[in-house]
Amino acid sequence: MSARVTLFVTCLVDQLFPEVGMAMADVLERLGYEVDFPEGQTCCGQPAFNSGYHEEARQVARHFLDVFDHAEYIVAPSGSCAAMAKHHYGDLFRKEPRYLEKAERLASRVWEFSEFLLGVAGVEDVGARWDGVATFHDSCHGLRELGIKEGPRRLLSRVRGLTLREMDIAEECCGFGGTFSVKFDTVSGGMARTKIDSILRTGAGAVVGLDTSCLMQIRGALSRAGSPVKTLHLAEVLASR
Amino acid sequence: MSRDHILHKVRTALGRSAGRPPAPAPPPRLRVEEMDAEARIAALFAALEKLAGKTFRAASRDEARSYAASLVDGKTAVASNAPLLAECGITSLAGVRSGFFDRDELKAACAAADVGITGADYALADTGTLFMLSSRHEARMISLLPPVHLAVVSKEKILTGLDELLTLVPIPSEVTSSMVLITGPSRTADIEQILVRGVHGPGEIHVVVV
Amino acid sequence: MTLIAPEQIQRTLANPSLQQAIYASTGRLVEKRRAAVAAEALPDYQELREQARLIKQHTLENLDHYLEQLESNVRAHGGEVIWCRDGADVVEFLAGLAGRKQARLIVKSKSMTTEEIDLNERLQHHDLETLETDLGEYIIQLAREKPYHIVAPALHMTRYEVAEIFSRRLGVASETVPENQTKIARAVLREKFLAADIGVSGANFLVADSGAVVLVENEGNARLSTTLPKVHVALAGIEKVIPRAQDLAVLLKLLGRSATGQALTVYTSILSGPRRAGEIDGPDEFYLVLLDNGRARLLADREKRESLSCIRCGACLNHCPVYRKIGGHSYPWVYSGPIGAIITPQFQGTTSNPWLPFASSLCGACAEVCPVKIDIPKLLLMLRSEVTKAGQREGRNRLERLGFRLWAWIMRHPRLYEMSGMLASALTPEENGGWLGRVPALLNRGPLKAWLSHRDLPPVASKSFRQRWRARRKAGGA
Repeated sequence: MSARVTLFVTCLVDQLFPEVGMAMADVLERLGYEVDFPEGQTCCGQPAFNSGYHEEARQVARHFLDVFDHAEYIVAPSGSCAAMAKHHYGDLFRKEPRYLEKAERLASRVWEFSEFLLGVAGVEDVGARWDGVATFHDSCHGLRELGIKEGPRRLLSRVRGLTLREMDIAEECCGFGGTFSVKFDTVSGGMARTKIDSILRTGAGAVVGLDTSCLMQIRGALSRAGSPVKTLHLAEVLASR
Repeated sequence: MSRDHILHKVRTALGRSAGRPPAPAPPPRLRVEEMDAEARIAALFAALEKLAGKTFRAASRDEARSYAASLVDGKTAVASNAPLLAECGITSLAGVRSGFFDRDELKAACAAADVGITGADYALADTGTLFMLSSRHEARMISLLPPVHLAVVSKEKILTGLDELLTLVPIPSEVTSSMVLITGPSRTADIEQILVRGVHGPGEIHVVVV
Repeated sequence: MTLIAPEQIQRTLANPSLQQAIYASTGRLVEKRRAAVAAEALPDYQELREQARLIKQHTLENLDHYLEQLESNVRAHGGEVIWCRDGADVVEFLAGLAGRKQARLIVKSKSMTTEEIDLNERLQHHDLETLETDLGEYIIQLAREKPYHIVAPALHMTRYEVAEIFSRRLGVASETVPENQTKIARAVLREKFLAADIGVSGANFLVADSGAVVLVENEGNARLSTTLPKVHVALAGIEKVIPRAQDLAVLLKLLGRSATGQALTVYTSILSGPRRAGEIDGPDEFYLVLLDNGRARLLADREKRESLSCIRCGACLNHCPVYRKIGGHSYPWVYSGPIGAIITPQFQGTTSNPWLPFASSLCGACAEVCPVKIDIPKLLLMLRSEVTKAGQREGRNRLERLGFRLWAWIMRHPRLYEMSGMLASALTPEENGGWLGRVPALLNRGPLKAWLSHRDLPPVASKSFRQRWRARRKAGGA
């Protein structure tokens, strides 16, 4: 396999969780892919879109579409960013034929990381090893917009040494929701608390997820509760040996 | 006039003009299951029992009568004018009053009765439901006011479910002003989601298939 | 628009027993629905949802035709149709009717539409006693509260609160066992059913080919309210119409299961007018009151029109993690939860409660469970855009708009983006790689401060991904 994969690391990973991007790149390179990273990338525009600033979101989205115009496989370590690019750019550019065409062409080329491994690379076992008990949090956008549910669990089931224990409310929102966590901080905090109570009930040593935004939210609640439970991105688990 | 005003607003909102026929409606979706007679009875009873309904398979009209007799024993009952009830001899049981055609008399009798006895136009096997049309044979309050309801259904009237019912009776309103589907005893979970039976309607329901 | 969540939200969050009541009750309804729509129980669930969506969409797109057909059939069966533009029209009609009948007592079955127009309060001014007969509605009527949930009005109350309300308002000894509390209500209300002059109901569906109203319930109070009094008045919004009785095969299969996990509720009535010749009981007069109250205006908005497809099952409320925290009384109108969040701004204007469309993490659980497939998150996003545009016109939220403009400008210029990342990194140094809430005092204020009180800000990485990537490339790979 000497196919090329283009990284869409997302602004959150770029600035706050670079190790997640490095881990994703490691896994892809080990599978034989040539990985490139267009430096022009910044953000998919979701924060502005979700806050009702569609004009500003469009400006950022146009830039995104130009940067990734020629990439064949665009892989992101985030369900929400992948969903933004795949499903919402069409809405944003409904009245702009040129960018609408780009958005439509983009949709089939963007992949969330686990989707790419299973759907394109056709791989379940990436040779990873991670010892311990983990539980999995279903990020909302990945789950409901991209239909990602079983995939990450299949990947985790092949990680040597890892025992997966389901929490009772895996599909419930962690409460991040972008600017929602700022505007409705107590509600958001309450939702996070409900989530971590479920995580703690599993007795797992770590919670794994697809989105660093969710993991950041969950990590905050865990540390406030004085819990040593770790948060890990799927890429980090799959990259460990 | 409010009517014209509202209709005009609706038409303007939809870009439609008065008298314009509607677009074709999606065809009705009715899927009628295949189920033999015995399976229907079994399903009906299973569904009812899950809802705390009591069921009885009467091998004969006499057996139906006996069941009713033991239920009514020593109590007062009002029975509807359904011919099946008379045929089973239920209307002639001690304590059972029937033959009401006056609304106020019926109301007084039902308000005081312990048991209400009716027939049923159909029963629905998959949900354990009784289907009753208001008519000169069946008054509405008999299955509603007394705390216990006994329904006697003939086995040919058991349908597989709502789809079969609406296939046979596509527009119930053509034959009656009131049609009701009764699925088990009256209940509520309004207080702390705790199930309580017999709120306003009967808390106890018996279905006899004959 | 305010960033400060309304006070009611804070009060609800700060009340642990209320939090427990809301979460537990909605949780039970979630589980019941799950079992009822599971593949073993309802293999056609997704197909039925699509059918239901199509039925509702078609009806709304041809609503004038179906309203006329409905009216014609109601009248053919001996009933009358009263068209009302708003609540005032409804009250005028009912007060006039009650006057003509010399009626004093009205019994009512549960109807959110009557709550929408404050019917009971307004009728009080006309010297009419209007009694709620649904147990949950009866309790909150006694408590003088608004419904907490579209389907379960007293969802937030404990048996002890019910005991207190009953003893205070009915003068009975304190009774805390729900079964006995129900008996008390049954006894009181039975007298009223037998004595009432007029029965008022809502309608879950209005059937055009039948000239009928469909009433779905578990208690029997709707049947009693519409069987015993000599006059029956049914009130419903114009969007409740469906084309055919046969469409109930799809809609009834979804309503009970989505709401409470029941294949069918205990009683489903199809009522079409006063009693006919030969029928022994039932009302002598029937009036169908059709209410606009802004619905025709919503209909005009093609993109948000699907909001009117709602069949009021309450599933979106039960699955909404926000509703499950803030509860029904935190919403500004009688309709709460996700459906309330999309219809309130459409009925009342986006400026009256501009925060409402933002009170969502857009998790999508509501859209997943809606039996008629209303895309609630999509509508919330549209409403958010409307709020910000209105804000721009009125000169509000300048700082936020400026912030996003600046942000968009930076995001279009990769070098600027990289520089601002490096600046942030310099200002918030990692300390032992740990999770300390280190933020320079300059930034630690306002919404950021509130956000931080619930979580720790992760330090901006000392080397961003792109910096590490360049280093790795230079070093010739991993």
